[in-house]
Amino acid sequence: MPERQTAMPPLVEIRNLVKYYPIRGGILLKEIASVKAVDRVSMTIQQGETVGLVGESGCGKTTLGRAVLRLEEPTSGEVLFEGENILTYNQQQIRTLRKQMQIIFQDPFSSLNPRKTVSHIIGEPLLIHGVKNRHERNEKILEMLRVVGLRKEHMRRYPHQFSGGQRQRIGVARALILNPKLIICDEAVSALDVSIQAQVINLLKDLQEAFGLTYLFISHDLSVVEHVSDRVAVMYLGKIVELAKSKELYHMPLHPYTQALLSASPIPDPGLKRERIILKGDVPSPIDPPPGCHFHTRCLYKQDICHQAEPELKEVKKAHEAACFFAGKVGRTTQ
Amino acid sequence: MVTSKRKKSPEDRHPLLDQLSQMWRNKTAVAGLIIVAGFVLAAFFAPVLSPHDPVETSLYDQIKPPFWADGGTKKNILGTDDLGRDILSRLIYGARVSLIVAVVSVGLAFVLGTLLGSVSGYYKGALDNVIMRIMDIILAFPYLLLAIVVVAYLGPSLQNAMMAIGITYIPRFARIVRGSVLEECEKDYVMAAKAVGAGDWRIIFIAIIPNCLGPLIVQTTLSFASAILDAAALSFLSLGAQPPTPEWGAMIAKSRALILRAPWVMTFPGIAILLAVLGFNLLGDGLRDALDPRLRD
Repeated sequence: MPERQTAMPPLVEIRNLVKYYPIRGGILLKEIASVKAVDRVSMTIQQGETVGLVGESGCGKTTLGRAVLRLEEPTSGEVLFEGENILTYNQQQIRTLRKQMQIIFQDPFSSLNPRKTVSHIIGEPLLIHGVKNRHERNEKILEMLRVVGLRKEHMRRYPHQFSGGQRQRIGVARALILNPKLIICDEAVSALDVSIQAQVINLLKDLQEAFGLTYLFISHDLSVVEHVSDRVAVMYLGKIVELAKSKELYHMPLHPYTQALLSASPIPDPGLKRERIILKGDVPSPIDPPPGCHFHTRCLYKQDICHQAEPELKEVKKAHEAACFFAGKVGRTTQ
Repeated sequence: MVTSKRKKSPEDRHPLLDQLSQMWRNKTAVAGLIIVAGFVLAAFFAPVLSPHDPVETSLYDQIKPPFWADGGTKKNILGTDDLGRDILSRLIYGARVSLIVAVVSVGLAFVLGTLLGSVSGYYKGALDNVIMRIMDIILAFPYLLLAIVVVAYLGPSLQNAMMAIGITYIPRFARIVRGSVLEECEKDYVMAAKAVGAGDWRIIFIAIIPNCLGPLIVQTTLSFASAILDAAALSFLSLGAQPPTPEWGAMIAKSRALILRAPWVMTFPGIAILLAVLGFNLLGDGLRDALDPRLRD
């Protein structure tokens, strides 16, 4: 993947994005607590790059992706898309913005409406955005089907007549037909077989080159993310703990959590010996996250300061950010 | 098992049609369909099929028994009532009245119930609470009593009976639709529709509702049966069809005095109601089996 210029203004800039889900209780349904799904996250996505977002299930990566698209209303913060804060947009503006940013879902079975034909599913975005002429729509649908590797006769079929991989291609075609700039791949290949995963990933890569797409690639699969991403962000309990270029992050993780995560990822080489970092305990509840550093309850290197103050995500090395007081000073610095 | 069954169908049929074709394997459903089809045909071709004018009285033919009994004639196959009207003709025209009542009242409940239920399930929150509590209030009344109140307020007529029945049937549609919509809203295709910029109405009525049609079709069919029964009950209480409209419930009510002397006057409309309700119920059960994947083997 070619090197990107950092001087260009970012396509997306997320500033202090927060998404809390209220938990209501009592007779008057007052808010008694909240699930802190995304907690003051800031990051940028450059035009044309692929940013990977990894983390355990429940760490808020899907919520972050959806909040960026405003499919979930963020509680506070800013999302700048091409320099404009889209969180101040009204419904009409948001609908226009949908042309620019799309999403590919994890489950290829529930993400396609079972009662609609493929041409309806792929053509609906066009219809909504003003392509009323059926002939014109059909031409674009056909073109999209060709782009994602499906055939003309698939148009009149229903989703249940396709395999998982084919369905995911339909989902890709639906996301692409409006010619968006940003596509959020929310675990887009996690539900597929490994061989099909590779096909879909290669398709996504080809499409990125052909259409100049920008991806936010959300996944819990570290090796897939390493393969597709220019930069990778690691999330833990609603926060980004580390953000760096893909190669750098995988070879020199600075945050203890990233180190543990990477050591847990299997390597297809039985001869290779390496020390696994075993984390103790469970992920704390996002309703009541621990004070200070969210990770201190499980961290191998915690000090007093870790449960008194919260480390900010800051540049430890060039273009390598981590949220740890001892980033780069603890654990293994190479893998 | 569902998918294996589906994969066998090579044509690109609409999934709902695919499921509905399952119904042909169910013998009771087919029996129900035949009975219902018989009533629909009778209602549609009433002027052709009925041998006499249903409201024409005849002083010479009062209380004639059916043709197989003593004193019966081929002229009035099922006999005549106390005003000498031909019972068979009245039954055939009565099918028309019953079906109209069923279609109009269930149609009203279907449209309003679906609208309220889908809005309730989609927007959730306070609106959902308000709508569903109103539905609970309607449900809390014995529905016949509620219908009687509505009719008593609006005045007895067939139109008001239809409206009363329709209103009392709204909650069952609203609840079913709300439940299905709540379930469908969790699926990613709803999020996907939102993501491509679809408006709320488009999401509800073009994306979600077609996926809730299964239980709705079943509920509609079963409601036809109870609407026919309720219309007959209201007419029996002279709160529905007014004489001389040939309505089955009203026919039974009018012949109560003759129950010992001429039981057939009352029996035949009773059988007609029984068959119509049975037909719709069998069809409804069959549809439920065909459309509910959990019940399929």
